[in-house]
Amino acid sequence: MNIPTRELLFGDLWDYAPAPEARDHVRFEKRYGHFIDGRFVDAESWFEVIDPSNEEVLCEVGEASAKTVDKAVAAARKAQSGVWGKMPGRERAKYLYRIARIIQEKARELAILESMNGGKPIRESKSVDVPLAAAHFFYYAGWADKLRYAFAGADPRPIGVAGQIIPWNFPLLMAAWKIAPALAAGNTVVLKPAETTPLTAMKLAEIFMEAELPAGVVNLVNGFGKTGAAIVEHPDVDKIAFTGSTDVGKIIQRTLAGTRKRLTLELGGKGANIIFADAAIDQAVEGIVDGIYFNQGHVCCAGSRLLVEECVEDEVVEKLHHRIQTLRVGDPLDKNTDIGAINSRAQLEKIQELVDSGVEEGATIHQSKCALPDKGFFFRPTFFTGVSQTHRVAREEIFGPVLSVLTFRTPEEAIEKANNTAYGLSAGVWTDKGSKLFQVAGALRAGVIWGNSFNKFDPGSPFGGYKESGFGREGGWHGLLPYLEVR
Amino acid sequence: MTRHFVASQMRTVDQVGVEERAARLSSRSIKKGAKVQGLRLAVAMMDLTSLEGRDTAGRIQSLCRKAMVPLPGSDVPHVAAVCVYPPLVSVAKRALGRSGVHVAAVATYFPSGQAQLSERLDEVRRTVAAGADEIDMVINRNAFLAGDHAQVFDEIAACKEACGKAHLKVILETGELVTYDNVRRASLIAIEAGADFIKTSTGKVTPAATLPVTLVMLETIRDHYIRTGKMVGMKPAGGIRTAKDALRYLIMVKETLGDAWLSPDWFRFGASTLLNDVLLQLEKERTGRYQSDRYLSLP
Repeated sequence: MNIPTRELLFGDLWDYAPAPEARDHVRFEKRYGHFIDGRFVDAESWFEVIDPSNEEVLCEVGEASAKTVDKAVAAARKAQSGVWGKMPGRERAKYLYRIARIIQEKARELAILESMNGGKPIRESKSVDVPLAAAHFFYYAGWADKLRYAFAGADPRPIGVAGQIIPWNFPLLMAAWKIAPALAAGNTVVLKPAETTPLTAMKLAEIFMEAELPAGVVNLVNGFGKTGAAIVEHPDVDKIAFTGSTDVGKIIQRTLAGTRKRLTLELGGKGANIIFADAAIDQAVEGIVDGIYFNQGHVCCAGSRLLVEECVEDEVVEKLHHRIQTLRVGDPLDKNTDIGAINSRAQLEKIQELVDSGVEEGATIHQSKCALPDKGFFFRPTFFTGVSQTHRVAREEIFGPVLSVLTFRTPEEAIEKANNTAYGLSAGVWTDKGSKLFQVAGALRAGVIWGNSFNKFDPGSPFGGYKESGFGREGGWHGLLPYLEVR
Repeated sequence: MTRHFVASQMRTVDQVGVEERAARLSSRSIKKGAKVQGLRLAVAMMDLTSLEGRDTAGRIQSLCRKAMVPLPGSDVPHVAAVCVYPPLVSVAKRALGRSGVHVAAVATYFPSGQAQLSERLDEVRRTVAAGADEIDMVINRNAFLAGDHAQVFDEIAACKEACGKAHLKVILETGELVTYDNVRRASLIAIEAGADFIKTSTGKVTPAATLPVTLVMLETIRDHYIRTGKMVGMKPAGGIRTAKDALRYLIMVKETLGDAWLSPDWFRFGASTLLNDVLLQLEKERTGRYQSDRYLSLP
């Protein structure tokens, strides 16, 4: 693939001054244990949580043992059978509406905390994470008193206690995705935030207290994989909902085999973003950028495989080459930052390892020329051309700002290549022809398909995977089903 | 006229996508030094405009003084050009002297362009002869909307020839073209036909300049540059009234075309009331306080 002979100069002739979001009004504790039975409790042992943009310690968080998990499950059981499960739906809805409103009131603080702890740009936490989290509570509040109509004749009832384990890429939003439908359906929850990003979950606990949510309805336990395993293995948990890596998902599924527990998994992805020659190319390039560089590429539904029709490959690659030069990488709290910090050192190393493999296997690497901060975990926006289906960068989930560009010649070939993956979470189709869009979308084996757009979310729209991207749906009417017994 | 327009590079534009991108660029935060630098640049890029039936020699002389010294007693630069109707070119030329401020004139029976080609070309020649450095022409929208793109191309090429050494800005009147596809096609026709600048609007039709329309035009300029190496300038005009608006356009230029276009040689604002709002903001940055606009002279 040839890189253009004519460059555009994206220099510092007129540079934007730093525009950091003020953080003086953001308040959080030096230490967080766990949130069990309506109050914060101390932990037996502690670990440090850092800001990935400068590696400074933000606070200490407790690590829950199996004993602590047991207490949390007991509290959840008591609340489910004593209060929450018996409460009429319209009453449960009031709490959910209240939680949604308090999230909106505290939106700015939550957004700043999310960016400090997770590394994502403040623009995204403000415009995506926090508003969507509130929207999920609002949305499921609306269902709470309508379950008998949504599942007419099926006598919908809560399952009981749900154990939920969430990832670090959208900490607050994933908590909302998990908690809102569970509560709307009358279940109680034991949830483990990811070990690198517990801060907004702890804030959410404060919000539950402010909303006077009955004690034990939501319990939050901090910790690593061991804590998660204790939730999965706990005999009194009725359902497990996990979002995370496919490897861990497989372990969970094996563990639960032969038990009565229900399971939904939302796992990895290697989404195909298909660009046809008749697409609006400039807007498709924006869609490519949204698809892979949103949230540093820490997105399970990222469009990490670009499938571009061969006759427009040069044009698309050239435009993408120029576009990534204007992506601003740096301080997550700067209002002009497009790409923030990689969430952890371990993830940065994993991204580097896969990028190295791409170079070794003979793909051509393209990176933006931007300077990176001295401290913290950062990675330049990157894409590979000359990638074939056999390359690791075309098959494995990188979970970073790294795109693989492949080509196709006909719609049939595009569909075949898009489906040639172990995953099946997301896909994008870019074409100016409506009929082609629907025809291709219908043939793709992916749970979420965007037409002439990418990474758009709405609580009313179900989300979930095919194949090794998991099973079960979150969001929409569908998202209630995993939390209900129906006849 | 042997050249003809080839539509091979005509890419479709997605309305939702281009409007989202424009909105995203508008969310950039420009503070302190960057704001001052951007606002000074905006002044230097301004075509200070008066295009009214009631324009008199006295009015244009006053406009020219404002153009040369926008804020007396400060180091705010002079604007790029004064833009007037053809009969007032000689007045402006005398008033501006060797100040470095150009005289731009709207020709081709602005704003409608409803006259025979020969009449339009005559007006261009007369206006250049009267001393205009820059000609702002309007395209033939009735030919464009009737699908006669070749005629639009040929007329622009003829105007370019009639301009001689004067720079040609081609006004697309995007408010009458309506769709982004039309804007892109008209931009491409104008560029291929020899425009030095492409310009959104006459200011006489609503909507005039918008950010998404400007983005489509900037992207067309960029694609042409990448393909041919030839730079073309851009001028949004009409409806840009605030300093904040001006900065949004500059952000769009910076992130679409890069540093080379951040110059009065390649980017202009067609505006009349914008200047005083920019001056107000510059004074606010200098003193830390907003002053009343009664301290600023009328343009």
